[in-house]
Amino acid sequence: MQRGGHGWGAAALLAAAGLLTANGAAAQQTHAGEYAQADINYGMQVYGETCVACHGPDGDAVDGVSLRSGQFRSAGSDQDLMRIISAGIPDTAMPPGDYTASELAGLVAYLRTMGDFDPSDVTVGDAASGEALYRGKGDCASCHRIGGDGSRIAPDLTDIGAARTAGSLAESLVDPTSAMLPRNRSIRAVDNDGTVYSGRRLNEDTYTVQLVDENERLVSLVKDDLSEYTVITTSPMPSYAETLTEQERADVLAFLLTLKGMNR
Amino acid sequence: MTRPTLTTLTLAALTLAVLLPQPLGAQVTFERLLNADDEPHNWLTYSGNYNSDRHTTLDQITVDNVDRLDLQWVFQAQSLQVFQTTPLVVDGIMYITEAPNTVLALDAELGRVFWRYEYTPSQESRPCCGRVNRGVAILGETLFMGTIDAQLIAIDAVSGRPIWQTSVADPGAGYALTLAPLIVKDKVIVSVAGGEYGIRGFISAYDPETGEEEWRFYTIPGPGEPGHDTWEGDDWRYGGASAWITGSYDPDVDLIYWGIGNPGPDWNPAQRPGDNLYSDSVVALDPDTGELEWYFQFTPNDPYDYDSVQVPVLADFPTQDGGTLKLMLWGNRNGFFYVLDRETGRFINGQAFIDQTWAEGLDDNGRPIFIPQEPGATTYPGVQGGTNWYSPSYSPSTRLFYLSAWEGYGSVFEAQEAEYEEGRLFLGGRPAPPVPGGALPSLARGPINTWTESAGTGAVIAIDPATGEQAWKYEMTDVTSSGILTTATDVLFTGNREGYFHAFDARDGELLWRKTLGGMIANGPISYAVDGRQYVAVAAGNGLFVYALRAE
Repeated sequence: MQRGGHGWGAAALLAAAGLLTANGAAAQQTHAGEYAQADINYGMQVYGETCVACHGPDGDAVDGVSLRSGQFRSAGSDQDLMRIISAGIPDTAMPPGDYTASELAGLVAYLRTMGDFDPSDVTVGDAASGEALYRGKGDCASCHRIGGDGSRIAPDLTDIGAARTAGSLAESLVDPTSAMLPRNRSIRAVDNDGTVYSGRRLNEDTYTVQLVDENERLVSLVKDDLSEYTVITTSPMPSYAETLTEQERADVLAFLLTLKGMNR
Repeated sequence: MTRPTLTTLTLAALTLAVLLPQPLGAQVTFERLLNADDEPHNWLTYSGNYNSDRHTTLDQITVDNVDRLDLQWVFQAQSLQVFQTTPLVVDGIMYITEAPNTVLALDAELGRVFWRYEYTPSQESRPCCGRVNRGVAILGETLFMGTIDAQLIAIDAVSGRPIWQTSVADPGAGYALTLAPLIVKDKVIVSVAGGEYGIRGFISAYDPETGEEEWRFYTIPGPGEPGHDTWEGDDWRYGGASAWITGSYDPDVDLIYWGIGNPGPDWNPAQRPGDNLYSDSVVALDPDTGELEWYFQFTPNDPYDYDSVQVPVLADFPTQDGGTLKLMLWGNRNGFFYVLDRETGRFINGQAFIDQTWAEGLDDNGRPIFIPQEPGATTYPGVQGGTNWYSPSYSPSTRLFYLSAWEGYGSVFEAQEAEYEEGRLFLGGRPAPPVPGGALPSLARGPINTWTESAGTGAVIAIDPATGEQAWKYEMTDVTSSGILTTATDVLFTGNREGYFHAFDARDGELLWRKTLGGMIANGPISYAVDGRQYVAVAAGNGLFVYALRAE
């Protein structure tokens, strides 16, 4: 056994840190391409609802703050910005706000790109049209569930608009595999009697795996009893790149962003 | 032999279709809840069935082989609150709550978790006696949980995702839900805790689809309602009468039965003159409307916090003329065991199951004959009672009723004037311990027992409902908060605060088997089966322990 092997790892870590620093420095200067267009558009929408009254449409209505030019009083990093948007700034007119993770991601994306933002590039469309597409042409409820309605084969979407960013949701619609969380991967198993099980993984350990199967039943399997066990890394969800138009995908995205959980 | 006709073939196919598992998971219909005894491999309600007898007909574990029980798996809760939940088991899936309000679905055979739903209660919640929960109810594919901030939440049993949430009451005023809801027909029935906060208690029913409230029965009658005259002035507005334990249901007479808690302020009866209905009573309600059919009050104008929040146990006894007596068996916190006619509420019999000093006995109507207590006198049983919410069991096999009892345990009650203020404790005095030095032994136990014989001892008591006489008793050093499970094979399972999980012969109280689980047992053991193998599950400390027989 070679204990000295760890040195290789340390060098790689240093290299990775260097790359990160370089990227971070670049990001301070130009934000082009750094944020998903869907996040930027969603951020614009949230900004229009909650920020514009004080900061103005161009982000320069508060003395000493020019959001459009990236000039902030107290925020440097995106994390700083999110913290200030959430917590507010004590003893100033900047109030705390109860934002979801996706709203925060959107606001930061929009604030960082206000200077070169093109509002004609619509990626967040009309939520009502999106809901109709969800239930109709998109046939999303045949796999997904919102509240008590729909199937449990695919992940529940009741709070998806709060849990995932607009950018990752937009990506999911055209390239489902790229945005799929590993914990949601499908599995296929065959037991020693030849019975085939397939479904979405809920929990897994060394000896057992728990899933919700294609009949929406909770199933628990002991790996020793299986003759075949496969974790499928591609999403079973179809891409909507061809079956929905760009406008329709924007509408579906707008609808998904309204899904913020039972109590929101 | 004749060839089967098309009709018989079709019938056979239909029968087969009915017997096969439903494709959409475990649909727990009201019919299944009604006939829970027909599927003893499942545990479908808090008390196992609508009779609430906590008796299983599974017969693999017997008095002869119980010493071959072997630990199968343990679930460790993340919460350090007392583990009071009674699990439900539906076709191999177990549903438990973890204090305060997290729900989990587990593989009942392996103990592995399918999903976990965590609800964060409001900071406003202020349950008097622990941020606890005693379990969920199921109807269809939906679970129902009451929360310590007085919300009722519907949760999908397959995905673990919430479906709706209804505000039952204001947690800031002291209301909380700690009990497991009860499903009756198409309603979810809950009731509120908060008897130490001057609440006005109620039982209420909700639409399982929408969470809409369908009816509400106030446990203190309002102006113009019968019983309102058992309160003076505004006392009824903050008279307590909480109801924090799940009730029972008799489908034949179509009544639900619910135990009601103490009046408030707890220890100053002079401040609330009158019988204070329906505090310390059992009420029988129409499950469709919540209307009162009858009531029976155990402790009028209660000075001692003798909540009647015991689980109503329903049992049928044959009469000599071939008929059936529909009875309700009740070991009350006040130290008396009662037999009532559950069709009418008529008192049939009652006598003390422990040594008590507060009543000369019961009159012909079951009303206690109070013994005035001298100032500074020790009253038995003390404030925690001769028993409490710990689930009892009735065995149709032995025809005995079993309960966890506290003996030799008293309190010195001191009454004080209390002023009601919303959301603040409304106690009216205090119960002091009679123990030298005056320090109240801690209700919560560490590994060393602070609760010596001078403070009281615990026991499992078997009572013959036909005579009211004690059939046997098993004494323990420390008091007990454990529920009881009996089996058709005459095994009795229970636990205690010392952390022992033990099994007795239900016929004579002989100790058959014991294991130390290292933490207080404060729920009721249950039994279920998966793939034909019988399991017994019990919570101790912060873990759930599951046993089954090992091969010979």
